[in-house]
Amino acid sequence: MSTLDGGVLPDWSSYGVVAASGVLAAALLLAAGIFSVALLLVLTVFVTAVVTYTWSRRIEGPRRAKDRLVTLMIVAAFGLALIPLLSLVFEVAKRGIPGLSLEFLTESARGHIGGGGAAHALVGTLVITGAAALISIPVGLMAAIYLTEYGGGRLGRALTFFVDVMTGIPSIVAGLFAYALFALIFGPGIRLGVMGSVALSVLMIPIVIRTSEEVLKIVPNHLREASYALGTPKWRTIVKVVLPTAFAGLITGMMIAVARIIGETAPLLVTTGVVDSINSNPFSGRMQNLAVYAYSEYRTPGVFKQASYDRAWAAALTLIVIVMVLNLVARLIYRRYRTEIR
Amino acid sequence: MGAAGATRAETELGKAEMNAATTGTQSPESVAAAQGRPAKTLETRSVNLYYGDFQAVENVSMTVEPNKVTALIGSSGCGKTTFLRSLNRMHELTAGASVDGEITLDGQDIYGSRVDPVQVRRLVGMVFQSPNPFPTMSVYDNVAAGLNLNAGRVKKSEKDEIVERSLRGAHLWNEVKDRLDKPGSSLSGGQQQRLCIARAIAVEPEVLLMDEPCSALDPVATLAIEDLIGELKSKFTIAIVTHNMQQASRASDITAFFNLEETGKPGRLVEIGATEKIFTSPAQQATEDYVSGRFG
Repeated sequence: MSTLDGGVLPDWSSYGVVAASGVLAAALLLAAGIFSVALLLVLTVFVTAVVTYTWSRRIEGPRRAKDRLVTLMIVAAFGLALIPLLSLVFEVAKRGIPGLSLEFLTESARGHIGGGGAAHALVGTLVITGAAALISIPVGLMAAIYLTEYGGGRLGRALTFFVDVMTGIPSIVAGLFAYALFALIFGPGIRLGVMGSVALSVLMIPIVIRTSEEVLKIVPNHLREASYALGTPKWRTIVKVVLPTAFAGLITGMMIAVARIIGETAPLLVTTGVVDSINSNPFSGRMQNLAVYAYSEYRTPGVFKQASYDRAWAAALTLIVIVMVLNLVARLIYRRYRTEIR
Repeated sequence: MGAAGATRAETELGKAEMNAATTGTQSPESVAAAQGRPAKTLETRSVNLYYGDFQAVENVSMTVEPNKVTALIGSSGCGKTTFLRSLNRMHELTAGASVDGEITLDGQDIYGSRVDPVQVRRLVGMVFQSPNPFPTMSVYDNVAAGLNLNAGRVKKSEKDEIVERSLRGAHLWNEVKDRLDKPGSSLSGGQQQRLCIARAIAVEPEVLLMDEPCSALDPVATLAIEDLIGELKSKFTIAIVTHNMQQASRASDITAFFNLEETGKPGRLVEIGATEKIFTSPAQQATEDYVSGRFG
C-alpha cells in the first residue's frame, strides 16, 4: 500500500449506517417497550454517531472519523432546527385552509353576526405597514448613509449606540410610545392607523439602518475613489455609484424589515385598536391588522366559536403567505439586480 | 499663501476647468488637430505627508514636467503611492491623513484654503492599481461616467463622440465597439484597465496620475498600456508609480527614485533626473544599487 492510498468507506456507508441504526434503534425501543417517534430519532442519531465514528476510525483514521462525526452533528442540528418551522407551517396550513374563502378575503366583519371576513384587516395590514415603511425607509436609509459615508465622529458613534438600543426595544413599548405621543396631541383614547405606523417605524428604523449599513459597507472603497478621481462630488458619488452598486442588497434589507414588522400585534392593540369595518384612511378612525384580527377572533369568539377560531387560523396563514411572498420577491430582486463586486 | 493668492488660484482653477469643458465638447477632428496641446506642470515644494502621527513622506520637492512621463520608483512602503495620491488630493480622503508643504499646478496652490478638492480632481485624473470599472454601468456609461457624474448636461451626440474618442484614445474602441452596452466588468483585466484609462481621459484632465496601472496585468496587456502611455503624453502630463524597472526605463522620460532609510522612517526623494541618466549613471549610490537590483 502506498503512502497516499488510505482506506475509504464505501459510498453507501453514510446512508447505510443511518438506515441500519434506525432499524437497530427501533428494535431496541420495541424490546424495551418505550417506542415513540421522538425517541427513535434521538437514538438513531446516537447509534449512527457511534457506529460511523468507530467504523471510520478503524478504516480511514481519526481525522476523517472526526470529520464524519461533525458532519453528522451539523446535519442533525439542521434537522432539529427545521422541525419547529415545518411543524408550524404545516399546522397553520392545516387549520387555516378551512377558514379561507372568497368571503374571508373580500368581506369585512361589519354587519355579520359571527361571520364575515378579514378584508378590513387585510387592508389595515397593507396600509399600516405601507405607511410604516414610508416613514422608516427614508429615515433609515439616510441614517445608514450618514453612518457609512460621513459619520466617524462622536455623533456617528452615538447613533450606532442608540440604534443598538432601539433594536432591543420590546414592541409593546414602541406601541405605548406612539400612544403617549398622540395622546399628548389629540387627548387620551385616540386610535388611528397612523399611530400604529409610527409605533412600527420605531421597530423598523433600526432594522433598516442595520441592514442598509452592512450592505453599504460592502461597496468597495476603490469604486468611491474612482468616482472622486473623476472630479465627482461626494453626494453624487453616493447617489450614482454607491447606492446603485448596493441596490439589490438594500431592497432585500428593506423587504426583510417589512416582513419583520408586518406581523406585530402588541403595539397595534394599543394604537390602532380593534374594528369591524374597512378603513383605508390611516388618519381617521380605528384600523386593524391581520395579527390583531387573529388575536381578537381567538380572544373574543362570536356565537359560533369554531368559525371564529377558523378565521383566526386563516388570518395567521394569510400573514405567513404575505411574508413568504415578500421574501420571494426580495430574492428575485436580489438575483436580478445584484452586482458582482470584488 | 495669502488670501489674494488663494483667490487667484481659485479663479485660474475655475478657468482651467472651463477650458477642459470646452475642449470636451469639440469634435474628434479638432481634438486630433489639437494633439500635442500643452499640458500643465505639477510642482511640489517640501511636501510632508502624514497618516495621523506617522510621517509617510518627508520633504519631497520635485517637478512633474508637462507632456512628459515621470516614473516614481522605489521599494514597497517608501511612500510613492501616498505621494502620488497627494497630487490630486486623494490622500486626504484617508481618515487622519494630512499634508504639509506646497503643491502647485502651473503655479496655483492646489491646497489653497479656497480651492475645492473636487475641482482639483477634475484637472488631475487618476488610474488605479487594479482596474475598477463601475460594476453597475455599461462600457459606454463607464466612459461617460465623468460626464454623467458631473452636473453639466451633455447632449447625446456629444457624449457619443467623447466616448468614442476616449475609447480610441485608450486603444479599446475596436475591441468594445460592438458591446458598448455590456457591463464594464465583462471585459478582461487588461481591457478593464484601458477602460479605466478611457474613463479618466474622457473628462480631459491636465494631468494623469497612474498608480502601478499594470501590476494586475499580463505582459501583453502591460505592453499595450505602455504604448498607450507613450501616446497620451502628447496631451497630458503623466506621473506613474511602478515597481517594474523595465517599465520605468521603457515608458518614462524622467525617473524619480524614492527610498526610506529603514522601516518606520518616512520615505524621501533620493534622486530625480532623465530616465536614461538614472538607469545608467545615477548620482547616488542608493539609486545605483536599486536600479541594478542589488537591494530593495
